[in-house]
Amino acid sequence: MIDSGLVDLSRLQFAMTAMYHFLFVPLTLGLSFLIAIMESVYVMTRRQVWRDMTIFWGKLFGINFAVGVATGIVMEFQFGMNWAYYSHYVGDIFGAPLAIEGLMAFFLEATFIGLFFFGWDKLTRVQHLMVTWLVAVGSNFSALWILVANGWMNFPVGSEFNPLTMRMEVTDFAAVIFNPVAQSKFVHTVSAGYVTGAVFVLGVSAFYLLNNRHIEFAKRSMTVAASFGLAAALSVVVLGDESGYSVGENQKMKLAAMEGMYETQEAPASFTVVGVPNPETNRVDYAIHIPYVLGLIATRSVSEEVPGILELVEHAKARIKTGIAAYDALQTIKKDPSNSEATLRFDAFKEDLGFGLLLKQFVEDPRDATEEQIHQAAWSTVPPVAPLFWSFRFMVALGFLFIAMFAYAFWLTARREHTKNRLFLKACLFAIPLPWIAAELGWFVAEFGRQPWVIDSVLPTFLAVSSLDYAEVLTTLIGFVFIYSTLAVIEVGLLRKTVLEGPYAHPPGSSDGASGIQQPELVKPVFGQSGATHGIS
Amino acid sequence: MEFLDYTVLRVIWWALLGVLLIGFAVTDGFDMGVAALLPFVAKTDVEKRVAINTIGPVWEGNQVWLILGGGAIFAAWPALYAVSFSGFYFAMFIALFALILRPVAFKFRSKRDCAKWRSMWDAALFIGGLVPALIFGVAVGNVLLGVPFYFDDTLRPFYEGNLFGLLNPFALATGVLSVLMLSTHGALWLSLKASGQVRIRANTIAMWTIPLVGVLFLVLGVVVHLWLPGFVITSEVVTDGPSNPLLKEVALVAGGWGSNFDTYPWFWTAPVVGVLGLVVAWFAMLFRVEWIAFVGSKLSIAGIITTVGVSMFPFILPSSQDPGASLTVWDSSSSELTLFIMLIATLIFMPLILAYTAWVFKILFGRVTEAYVEDNQHTVY
Repeated sequence: MIDSGLVDLSRLQFAMTAMYHFLFVPLTLGLSFLIAIMESVYVMTRRQVWRDMTIFWGKLFGINFAVGVATGIVMEFQFGMNWAYYSHYVGDIFGAPLAIEGLMAFFLEATFIGLFFFGWDKLTRVQHLMVTWLVAVGSNFSALWILVANGWMNFPVGSEFNPLTMRMEVTDFAAVIFNPVAQSKFVHTVSAGYVTGAVFVLGVSAFYLLNNRHIEFAKRSMTVAASFGLAAALSVVVLGDESGYSVGENQKMKLAAMEGMYETQEAPASFTVVGVPNPETNRVDYAIHIPYVLGLIATRSVSEEVPGILELVEHAKARIKTGIAAYDALQTIKKDPSNSEATLRFDAFKEDLGFGLLLKQFVEDPRDATEEQIHQAAWSTVPPVAPLFWSFRFMVALGFLFIAMFAYAFWLTARREHTKNRLFLKACLFAIPLPWIAAELGWFVAEFGRQPWVIDSVLPTFLAVSSLDYAEVLTTLIGFVFIYSTLAVIEVGLLRKTVLEGPYAHPPGSSDGASGIQQPELVKPVFGQSGATHGIS
Repeated sequence: MEFLDYTVLRVIWWALLGVLLIGFAVTDGFDMGVAALLPFVAKTDVEKRVAINTIGPVWEGNQVWLILGGGAIFAAWPALYAVSFSGFYFAMFIALFALILRPVAFKFRSKRDCAKWRSMWDAALFIGGLVPALIFGVAVGNVLLGVPFYFDDTLRPFYEGNLFGLLNPFALATGVLSVLMLSTHGALWLSLKASGQVRIRANTIAMWTIPLVGVLFLVLGVVVHLWLPGFVITSEVVTDGPSNPLLKEVALVAGGWGSNFDTYPWFWTAPVVGVLGLVVAWFAMLFRVEWIAFVGSKLSIAGIITTVGVSMFPFILPSSQDPGASLTVWDSSSSELTLFIMLIATLIFMPLILAYTAWVFKILFGRVTEAYVEDNQHTVY
């Protein structure tokens, strides 16, 4: 039987490397588009300040992109290194979008990002603008394909188990691409990236305005961030991926857990704003409900029921029992692949094979499982309620906060009153980390909520690991923590240094062709070091 | 689509695996080579920046060949992906560690004007170039020897070796060959793109390493052809059966890897191109026609990698522990449908990629000079 310590450690390593990687992804997604917009304005108006904006935000983009790429390579290796059985079991489907991501997206963004930085003198304005847009489009394509892959883990469509090869194989690739979960996740994730980029630009611009530095530069950046950010913040909430939670067994379970909803509610279900989930009594204490809302967002209807945890557990129990029958038929086929009776039997039950495999955490052969173990396995399909309940609520609250923030910023910039409210500018500066927190919480809800499955209803997480020693996974985990911590310190330091130096740190006079005009500086700084940076410009 | 049956698709994807490895070696190969040669071709900071900026605008795109290679192995050869990445666990980790250092070293090195900071990132670049080149070469050597893995009846892979098991004399020799080959490639790139002292030093290095690559390749070729045990399928060969590596029997035969060259004499093209490319490169360097030398190096790399691939055909990853469980072209691929879809995707995107990559290289035509680096010191690497 598989060592549960190894499973936990492998999960920890994946969670750590993936969440770390996703610190860089949303900023890449958002900044790439913001830069492309700024450069478009430059090409249309020929005004130098827009070129300065493109170059300065591009510099920050580049620092972020480098670490994003480095940590992205690790992600691709993670599956094979720590999740070898997963790779074998679903590589036929899961690998394809990853490879297409490389073909369609990575080559595009990585080939042109070099020209973005080195091509200013070698390209015409329009050519360079095209290069910038290709980088932005490439980044967004990569999000599409990785979310097609991830959407399939959460809602595995277009595939079936092949007993001769002991793995899942694709039957309908279009279904994998147009998977509703993948599509809603894609829109939600890239919008979240745009929000991140916009909050970042807004926050840094607010910092300059507060310090009375680079006023023209900062005002324009703030205007772009406010309008782009408002559109993005609205879509990230409106296109929230809850619509993806109406399909698939585990998606429904995730939704029920997020809502702390033990009993099935009559349609249309009400939404619990806050409350304290109580696992003892299987209900949410002190709950405040809004009628109809959950039914509307989850099923987009007033007549469909949203099933509760208890009903879904009973459902799982029934599927575990047919899963045992599927497992039994599979053992016969393995010994005698030509046994047509067993093949028929397997085909009848194979949808539930994964539920049978859930028992392997308690018993070597699922056919020997006791009623008690079946009960345990059925309850193991319930992810921990409280962490999901709270993470989801924090994320949603942040989502609404971003809308309010951008709406106000939009109003200010539209009236050309960028600096009217200093308190708000300070708030914008301190809001910089919030979109990252929201994004990580969102991933936590989606993927922690996927447990105990690595592929919903198909492959339990504990079976997916590599045959490694605990010590081996621990060693690489320590290694990754070490190098990632070092990189984080250096990265934040460089971003800070670049921001403090500002866009006019190296004007043309100082033997550098790429920056623009000089600008008068100074006045009392609010934050950060001042003396070292002000003298230069 | 009669002609695109499962067998043909598998052969195509076997060939594409080779194309991707070659694509990686001839593009990212010179990035690794330049990084590994950095302490030898450049002494001053400006010289180092000249060397680094020859690859500065292109290394990111080149690196995608590695990422695509990983993705394509996952998609087309999932069993190979599962066994090799988890089996070569620490080797993979060390390669990853080195590969993480590279992008950040490029990006961060020139952001601070401080000698200590810069020499730290120079060391990171050196490691990021040398270590992956060495590890990939050592891995190829071990693949030729066979690696100790087996499957249980659910096709869960188990690996019985460790990092030190990989460091045997033969595999270390292939590792050295890999480092020499990619360093040569990097040196020839510098001859083509750098200027001043960097270029002169690179020229000298290439004149020495080109013959060394040739000699080591020939010696290892003879060792493999005459003595090394090769793997042979002894049961009936089914080329379009299910991808289950446990359905065949395999035996080890001394010099077995050479037998393909007897069966298909045209396979000899591969090693001949491998050597001829080097000869062309050496003579081109003698007459200082750098671009021909660089093309010769590309051909040579393609020939050397192809030689390894065809000598093992149809084996992809032989098992020394349980030869019957070895992965071959016929029993470790994805399903027919996945291979077909992936082929369509490749046919659509690969020409586009090659076209825009060529355009980018054309835009960046010309040498990197010390004057260029000094004039743009805040914008270049």
